[in-house]
Amino acid sequence: MTALLVALGAAVGAPIRYLAGRLLTPVRAGAVPWGTFAVNVGASFVLGLVLGGPAPHGVVALVGIGFCGALSTWSTLAAETVRLLQEHARATGLVYVVASTLVGLGAAALGLVLGG
Amino acid sequence: MPQSPFAPGQGPVVATVAAGGVVGSLARWGVGLALPTPPGGFPWATFGVNVLGSLLMGVLVVVAAARTTHPLARPFLGVGVLGGFTTFSTFAVDADLLLAGGHRATALAYLAATVVAAVGAAALGAVLARRVTA
Repeated sequence: MTALLVALGAAVGAPIRYLAGRLLTPVRAGAVPWGTFAVNVGASFVLGLVLGGPAPHGVVALVGIGFCGALSTWSTLAAETVRLLQEHARATGLVYVVASTLVGLGAAALGLVLGG
Repeated sequence: MPQSPFAPGQGPVVATVAAGGVVGSLARWGVGLALPTPPGGFPWATFGVNVLGSLLMGVLVVVAAARTTHPLARPFLGVGVLGGFTTFSTFAVDADLLLAGGHRATALAYLAATVVAAVGAAALGAVLARRVTA
């Protein structure tokens, strides 16, 4: 049952991440990948909300592990950072990965407080 | 300009990404069950998943650019499986919970190690893949 809930949440979260990338991330070299940034910050906030309060097991599986887990990503963030560094947009790459981490931490903390 | 997310022909790609995301997320969930993190401990399961997924993404980006593959192969494996396998939200919340629990050194080590190892792994994966595909 838990596996089904994780799968259902992931089946929604992953395509939203894909569409956010197409909508928000410019194709040109050296551009900030706003799509990944937005989904990572948004998913961190929602997961904070879920885990900040007494969420039932099923909600954690569906929304937390499935939806937020699949909506957010580290592999694309890491690959985009490497791409920016290689495209001689070194400052943009470093700011992108550090800002993602700090803003994601802040969004998760806000969610934890509001959910608690 | 960003690409329109609603361009014609996006249906199969969206469905493929969803399927890959399910596969990757179930694998991530399984790793989490196999390697539970005690309260206040270093989140090794999420760390390992994120570093391994980043390494494989570095490989995939190079291989997909060098080889002719099925048009849905990269969305399935990259955005889907590896995107669903790795996670940023659990990384952020776990680091916050470590900080809030007074485990400051563990939190800072976890944050720094993930950033350095994930980016390093993606770069390493790309270098290794270039050697093989060259």
